Amino acid sequence: MQTLLRCENIAVGFDGKAVVENVNFELCEGDLLCIVGENGTGKTTLMNAVLGLVPLMNGTIQMCELKKGEIGYLPQRINKHQSFPASVKEVVLSGFVGKSFLFPFYTKDQKCRADDSMRMLQIERIKNKPFVELSGGLQQRTLLARAFCAAKKLVIFDEPVASLDPIATADFYKLLSHLNKDHGLSVMMVSHDIEEAVKYSNKILHLNHSKSFFGSTDDYVNSEIYRRFIEAKKEGKEDD
Amino acid sequence: MIDKLIELFSFEFVVYAFIVGILIAVCTALLGVELVLKKYSMLGDGLSHVSFGTLAVAMVFNFAPLEFALICVLIVAFLLLRISRNSKINGDAAIAMVSGSFLALGIFISRVSGGFNQNLNDYMFGSIYAIKDSDLPLCIVMTVTVIIVYALFYNKIFAVTFDEDFAKAAGAKVELYNLILALLTAITVVIGMKLIGTLLISSLTVFPVVSSLKLAKRYKTAVCCSVGISLFAFIVGFVLSCLYDNMPLSTAVIFVNLIVYLVITFFTAIKKRKRI
Repeated sequence: MQTLLRCENIAVGFDGKAVVENVNFELCEGDLLCIVGENGTGKTTLMNAVLGLVPLMNGTIQMCELKKGEIGYLPQRINKHQSFPASVKEVVLSGFVGKSFLFPFYTKDQKCRADDSMRMLQIERIKNKPFVELSGGLQQRTLLARAFCAAKKLVIFDEPVASLDPIATADFYKLLSHLNKDHGLSVMMVSHDIEEAVKYSNKILHLNHSKSFFGSTDDYVNSEIYRRFIEAKKEGKEDD
Repeated sequence: MIDKLIELFSFEFVVYAFIVGILIAVCTALLGVELVLKKYSMLGDGLSHVSFGTLAVAMVFNFAPLEFALICVLIVAFLLLRISRNSKINGDAAIAMVSGSFLALGIFISRVSGGFNQNLNDYMFGSIYAIKDSDLPLCIVMTVTVIIVYALFYNKIFAVTFDEDFAKAAGAKVELYNLILALLTAITVVIGMKLIGTLLISSLTVFPVVSSLKLAKRYKTAVCCSVGISLFAFIVGFVLSCLYDNMPLSTAVIFVNLIVYLVITFFTAIKKRKRI
């Protein structure tokens, strides 16, 4: 199993104050890694650091077998102008933005790849529809197709199901596990939903202010930190 | 009416104004799409005030006004992007502060040097007589450059406008594209100011775009519609201002744009009603 991404001793934060500290983890080909943890433990910040959107304060991120910019990214939600004019096809093609700085137009090969990824995600028949008028689930698929154009190996998700209804959520997890198992896609995902995370992932990174956990999902389920987290959650529910 | 138009077009300055105006209309329509969608609509407005200030300075010190303003505004556009990225002042506030300062500078300098002269007044409101044959090459080269650069970066600019974080993660030079956009806007504003005036040039980057966003669902169509509406408004406005002495070019173009916007809004509202 080839390692795609290795993070050692990472610290990230704002204004000289670390939000995330002493985090170690690695991601291999075919992994489905979930990042879980309470609010404010810096899940999204850590992810932004991996994406290169915020600078590291300490530690190293090694990208093996991955060139910079070969990571596909799915934002939590796109906060867009209600009437942003863009067709599905235009959005998917924009995944190639990081390629070919000097060449102004999309190549034939890129157009083929965009068609392929739209086929894979079954959005080909709506490729001329406006993006903003799609349902949450279809928007997600479109963004995933775009992520495939940027990168074939690794896709990073930030709370992918946060804005989806239950049916679309179930669809999404089905699709994700299909892509992971049958297409060898490696996934790193920030998630709120710990039950689902445990069900689908093979590795877990649990961020915690004092000590973070990183290991296989099987080990995680037997760990102290997981038990406490679940208990706290149950109590929280009973209080409601 | 036709005779009067033909007679007017036999004057060189009218032809110059028409050519430059058409080019400016295309530039503002193209850049406007990005500025509006990025919520940067204030950038054009801010830069036009900056160019007014620098023009006043240029006139007092006898610099070549257009060239001097162009260089200054390009520098300010570059700095504005830097400020809004690096500091805690947000973009909007930074633009308001910088443009206000330059406007104040312009007014102060023109007062000290003996009040608004005719020239400065022309820059304020724009004038159909403003394009001299000595300005023509610069105006054409600059506007054509804007259009070509925009076309070359069209796909990249779309990707960055649609989702900046994704583009950055995918390895795109987002900052460079934002800079290109700001510089193109600066050029358009300075050149357009001669014809349309500092006060109204920025609304030309907004009106056609907002109208076209009501019609278009795809990016390509939105850009094309915006250019179409902008050209239509300019040409009709130009003819009106030729025919009626009390109708300055800038006012006429804005009026036509406003009417186009209202008509489109009216018909889209009716269409929506029918659907319900």
